Amino acid sequence: MPFDVLRVRQDFPVLGREVRPGVALVYLDSTATSQKPRQVLEAMDAFYRRSNANIHRGVHTLAEEATAQYEEARARIARFIHAPSPRQIVYTRNTTEAINLVAYAWGRAFLKPGDRILLTEMEHHSNLVPWYLLAQERGLTLDFVPLTDDGHLDLEAYRQRLSDAPRLVAFTHMSNVLGTINPAREMIAQAHQAGAIVLLDGAQSVPHFPVNVQELDVDFLAFSGHKMCGPTGIGVLYGKMHLLEAMPPFLGGGDMIKAVHLGSFVPNEVPYKFEAGTPAIAEAIGLGAAVDYLEQIGMEAIAAHERELTAYALERLEEVPGLHLLGPQAGEKGGVVAFTLDGIHPHDIAQVLDHYGIAVRAGHHCAQPLHERFGIPATARASFYLYTTREEIDKLVEGIYQVKKLFG
Amino acid sequence: MDDLYREIIIEHYKNPRYRGKLEPHDIAFADSNPLCGDHIEIQLRVDPEGRITDARFDGHGCAISQASADLLLESIIGKTLDEVKQLNRQHVLDLLGIELGPVRMKCALLSLKVLKAGVYGLGSADDSLVEE
Repeated sequence: MPFDVLRVRQDFPVLGREVRPGVALVYLDSTATSQKPRQVLEAMDAFYRRSNANIHRGVHTLAEEATAQYEEARARIARFIHAPSPRQIVYTRNTTEAINLVAYAWGRAFLKPGDRILLTEMEHHSNLVPWYLLAQERGLTLDFVPLTDDGHLDLEAYRQRLSDAPRLVAFTHMSNVLGTINPAREMIAQAHQAGAIVLLDGAQSVPHFPVNVQELDVDFLAFSGHKMCGPTGIGVLYGKMHLLEAMPPFLGGGDMIKAVHLGSFVPNEVPYKFEAGTPAIAEAIGLGAAVDYLEQIGMEAIAAHERELTAYALERLEEVPGLHLLGPQAGEKGGVVAFTLDGIHPHDIAQVLDHYGIAVRAGHHCAQPLHERFGIPATARASFYLYTTREEIDKLVEGIYQVKKLFG
Repeated sequence: MDDLYREIIIEHYKNPRYRGKLEPHDIAFADSNPLCGDHIEIQLRVDPEGRITDARFDGHGCAISQASADLLLESIIGKTLDEVKQLNRQHVLDLLGIELGPVRMKCALLSLKVLKAGVYGLGSADDSLVEE
């Protein structure tokens, strides 16, 4: 079936609402969190109405149903990113927790003082601060791949930094500010040649275009459910099996153990040894439904829709006097458009746009080093997803002219 | 639009009366709003009776943060330090004449926080200074 944005929009109840009487919602903040289709809401609602029980231990009917649904979702997520086995899908709260899990469990076990970690200037704080904490604790050295003026990673500098033999390279697949899609496959191969393992931050890539962990040959991939039509509170760490098996547990508690005695315990197998305590069961099931939904529409179709919207948005925004766009040109980036307006603070842009029902983000978008690199404290950011229309981009541009008029 | 960006706010943002430096000054304090990068520095001149005779602010940020700083300084000249210590968030909201959600409230109250931290001679500004 051809991609039909108006039919897609019917699936998202919130898109039909008005922000104030007579002012329709124009939701351009999907990079922060996506909206949820009724298929996801219904899956979670059905779970709570019919099958709610704790998983893995109970033998009664509801516990069996809950466990089956929770594990089926894991299998669907594995298929979605082409993981060899569902056991390589570790449920976490979000991307942040997935990265922290690697820093905590893998980093503490395998990194020693003087080891290097290679990061980039483009990273979200969630792919910086866990490594800062680990570096402080373990005496590690952190290096950063710089950005070019047009918002790409400096790949020549990347190759040079790799010659310092970092143990780990962690970078984002797609920038949450610039929209830059990094050449992950090539960068991962180069890192492997240099003897490093690679963690890829997939928070912005997995929701928006096909990601195949085997083709990428990536060691760890972290992503969040709530940015891909799923609920908040559920995320994923994918890892290569030999790495996951070698890692000690993350949090301690129930479900992550095989046996507990007075004074000792035997950890459970992968992935359960990383999933202590009662997990976000309904949320995992919701993420499974989100994956089904995205697959049914088709990730290639979603990516094509966003490419077209991004090209249109850049074309329209470039014509606005005093507006400065960050990041690469159309064709080299995903559906994220960050910009500044001469003499007007991004907060004021966002506030005035909200008056017209247009939801954009203003601030440093948890990427302060990136903003410092470009010498600006903050930007306004509009971002697109499968339900975004050209008409919404037209409204954004009209709104920006209203902002300029008010502050002009 | 009138509800949030009243003319008085736009006017004080575009043409602030108290923006600048005050040399010499008796009290100075600066702080930032880490969420949005708003920054305000306030300098005060105080006479021997503890009365504020002049004030200036400098910084950058959104219209709400900068206009509220200008309006706040205008409102405290001639007041004593003890009177400034009594100012609460309602004082700033009355000056702005608008209602604000929790996110923009931080922008609006940054200048009061900086002012009170300076007047109390504190090492750092704390949100408890601008509690209701």
